[in-house]
Amino acid sequence: MATAYEAVIGLEVHVELKTNTKIFCSCTTEFGGDPNTHVCPGCLGFPGTLPVMNKKAVEYAVRAGLALNCAINPYSRFDRKNYFYPDLPTAYQISQYFHPICKEGYVEIELGGKKKKIRINRIHLEEDAGKLLHSGSSITSSQYSMADYNRASVPLIEIVSEPDMRSPEEARAYLEKLRAILEYTGVSDVKMEQGSLRCDANISLRLVGSTEFGTKTEIKNMNSFRSLQRALEYEIDRQQDVLEEGGTIIQETRGWDEEKGITSSMRSKEEATDYRYFPDPNLPPIVLDPAWIKTIKASLPELPDARKERLVKECGLSEYDAGIITSSRSLAEFFDRTVVLFNEPKTVANWMMGEYLRLLNAEGLEVSESKVTPEKLAALLKLQADGKISGKMAKVVFEELFNTGKEPETIVKEKGMVQISDTGALEEIVMKVLAANPQSVADYQAGKEKAIGFLVGQVMKETKGQANPGIVNQLLKKKLSE
Amino acid sequence: MSSLLGLTAHQLQGLLEKKELSCAELVKAHLAKIEESDGEIKAFTRVTREAALEQAQAMDAQRSRGEGLAPLAGIPMALSDNLCTKGIVTTCSSRMLENFRPPYNATVVEKLQEAAAVLLGKCNLDEFGLGDSTESSAFFPTRNPHDLQASAGGACGGAAAAVAAQEVVFALGSDAGGSVRQPAAFCGVIGLKPTYGLVSGYGLIAAGSSLDQVGCFTRDFTDGALVLESICGADVQDSNSVSSPHTDFTKHLVNDVKGLKIGLPKEYIEGVAPKVKTAYEQAVAKLEELGAVCEELSLPHTKYALPCYEIVLAAEASSNLARYDGVRYGLRVEAEDVESMYNKTRGQGFGEEAKKQILFGTYVLSAQQYQDYYLKALKVRTLIKQELEQALEKYDCLLTPTTPTVAFNLAGKGKNHHGRGGVQTHGLTCPASLAGLPAVSFPFGKAQGRPIGLQLIGRAFGEGMLLRVGYTLEQNTDLTQLSPAVKGER
Repeated sequence: MATAYEAVIGLEVHVELKTNTKIFCSCTTEFGGDPNTHVCPGCLGFPGTLPVMNKKAVEYAVRAGLALNCAINPYSRFDRKNYFYPDLPTAYQISQYFHPICKEGYVEIELGGKKKKIRINRIHLEEDAGKLLHSGSSITSSQYSMADYNRASVPLIEIVSEPDMRSPEEARAYLEKLRAILEYTGVSDVKMEQGSLRCDANISLRLVGSTEFGTKTEIKNMNSFRSLQRALEYEIDRQQDVLEEGGTIIQETRGWDEEKGITSSMRSKEEATDYRYFPDPNLPPIVLDPAWIKTIKASLPELPDARKERLVKECGLSEYDAGIITSSRSLAEFFDRTVVLFNEPKTVANWMMGEYLRLLNAEGLEVSESKVTPEKLAALLKLQADGKISGKMAKVVFEELFNTGKEPETIVKEKGMVQISDTGALEEIVMKVLAANPQSVADYQAGKEKAIGFLVGQVMKETKGQANPGIVNQLLKKKLSE
Repeated sequence: MSSLLGLTAHQLQGLLEKKELSCAELVKAHLAKIEESDGEIKAFTRVTREAALEQAQAMDAQRSRGEGLAPLAGIPMALSDNLCTKGIVTTCSSRMLENFRPPYNATVVEKLQEAAAVLLGKCNLDEFGLGDSTESSAFFPTRNPHDLQASAGGACGGAAAAVAAQEVVFALGSDAGGSVRQPAAFCGVIGLKPTYGLVSGYGLIAAGSSLDQVGCFTRDFTDGALVLESICGADVQDSNSVSSPHTDFTKHLVNDVKGLKIGLPKEYIEGVAPKVKTAYEQAVAKLEELGAVCEELSLPHTKYALPCYEIVLAAEASSNLARYDGVRYGLRVEAEDVESMYNKTRGQGFGEEAKKQILFGTYVLSAQQYQDYYLKALKVRTLIKQELEQALEKYDCLLTPTTPTVAFNLAGKGKNHHGRGGVQTHGLTCPASLAGLPAVSFPFGKAQGRPIGLQLIGRAFGEGMLLRVGYTLEQNTDLTQLSPAVKGER
């Protein structure tokens, strides 16, 4: 019989802060400039230059910490992490090792209706490194490598969790929740594809019931939520196989290969660098004023959990719908603004969960990039509610709205889509359909109620879909019972 | 023309104002002096002759138009070659930066430009400021203008020698543990290390960042006050720089020490050469004669200062010197992969002393040794700081010798100087650096033809007190003015 193992997972998440300028100089942090155009002697590590702290980065770190239920350290400090790599201009990264800015927070996740708190050990501020582009597959096998320092010294926070997760699903839920909360606070773009959200995982196995930790491996190179989950699933299987064959896990760093779907060894603990951390003498400690921290706390927006609860309680949304709508701040705000204009929260939620998200996902767009506005969606829903267009028409109009951004009213006019709700006009068509389909009439009158569906369809066909189906239904029933 | 040499900035300023002298004449006289004597002294790594002449002429033109003169206008000066000068090669006396042209000026360089001082060149130092004799310079050692067999001291021996040899009127250097004060003592000039943070360190190529402080070499205390006034002030580019309310230094040039309490820490006299001790006692007697109250005191932690300083300096230097990796600027020795490129570049780019400091610093910061060495050194540093600050609550300043002996001999060509042990002659100067306190070395007679230096240590931002005591001694004895510096008229 197979032994029962339990996974123990902790995540280290790097988040790029959305400040205008870099953490220790005044270069722009803008993404995607030509190589080495967002640099100065400071972020290139030229001799004699000195770092100067960006206050906004401190504010954002505090903001993130408060949103993640952390205690904010009134005294924090920068340390140097010393190692050689061509993307690191000074050969040391300025980070916070001994006194991080935030500690002891948590994030609550929910899986299968069960809630669980994942504790956060610490959040520290640090600078990013540059980017290397190799002519070959790696720095050692390349003829040459090119270095781009635009990203060097962009501010980062590293969020280190406790090893509180027990499955890949929990790890994914934690990362998704973290992403949502940080998006709400506005401190980062939190885009995994652009690298503004990056995640490494520590994972070990132990026998169920054991309280001791097994030997862990660190997994790198996971570029999406899905690859995080897949990599952890793979690594659990791999470690389990090793253990079941009586082997031992080697403490090492392993890289996830998305294409092959495997992890493989990058370096072992013996090869690990001694970073020789020590306080950076160039930067005075950060001493925070409690009043300033209070101001930041007061400026935090309603966070995903509170918002979800409100949507369930006040708008009558299902837990599931509320969860999806509050998973991003832009989606949740879109919902709130639409409901203000069209006060039927469930209808709004249905449209967002259905058509809107389907089209956004299909096009790979963010809410902010889409042409649909709360005003336009509300106008569309109003047209439908007033019976001016049918539900089917509304879907066509929405698609047009999504693609062109035109006013729903205009689209309806352009398409000649006005719904026929005029009883007199419809009666004529109904009579014609009844006359043409005696079999269906007979079926209905014999008790086959389903036959009415076919008749409704025929009326809609005759009117090119413009008839108000509700009124058609009423008319048919009336005529058939006469 | 040679009578111009040896004059101080404030004396020359008078002549310039009265139009008895032009900037061009003044600059030419000093360039000629460099031509004449620097072949032997070797104070300079680079002389910026053309730019200096151009600037002097521009200033003469400005003056003939009746435009006002800035405080140091037209005064010839030099910079230690670890201060970045825009477009002018800044070597740090290392092969690593032999062709490095910074795209920016150090803040002090900007300030001296505003004050319109004329740069004549860059001065030799121990490689990256690590050493006490300029013998670790990748290029050549600097000789002592008082005795060519003797070292000019270090790290900033070139800047001290340039002032002592009358090649320039003043110079800037940096002091991490004595690199301004010790060469000033060896060369018989004044070397002032201000309070940590009073002068911006932006553009100073770092050795030990928590210790490094830009300081100045001058011929008298009045010049010291003038130069300090020109270079001090908070700088947004240096987070450790501070704005002090007490920067009217020339005001403190008062010939009066009556009633001042001067502490004489006995640990600083232990093991000091007899002639240095005699000079020290003479200075004490003079100050008492002038009405100061001198009192012996004990600073028992002094003996730990040197090892503590060596650990902190090496640790910080090992990290500061890591950026010289051949990737972005400076020397690169091509190799087949990045690892061997690092090894070759750093292997060939750094001299023996820098390598020794990197090895030692890397060791004391390693995870296994951090607690026993670096962390302990930080704790000892705090004790030394507290001890000095407590003493300075009681005393207006402290008087000590600057170095235990006069200048030692240069090792000679091809001979290894490393046996002497790096920065040992910074034993009496490093405590003030560890504590971030201001200190100044001034000449007080000679022994065997080599200058003797004494040191005043003051309270944080108490430069004014040091200038006052020094100025008073200067006014009441001939011992602070040493040949070959010609004593000017007052």
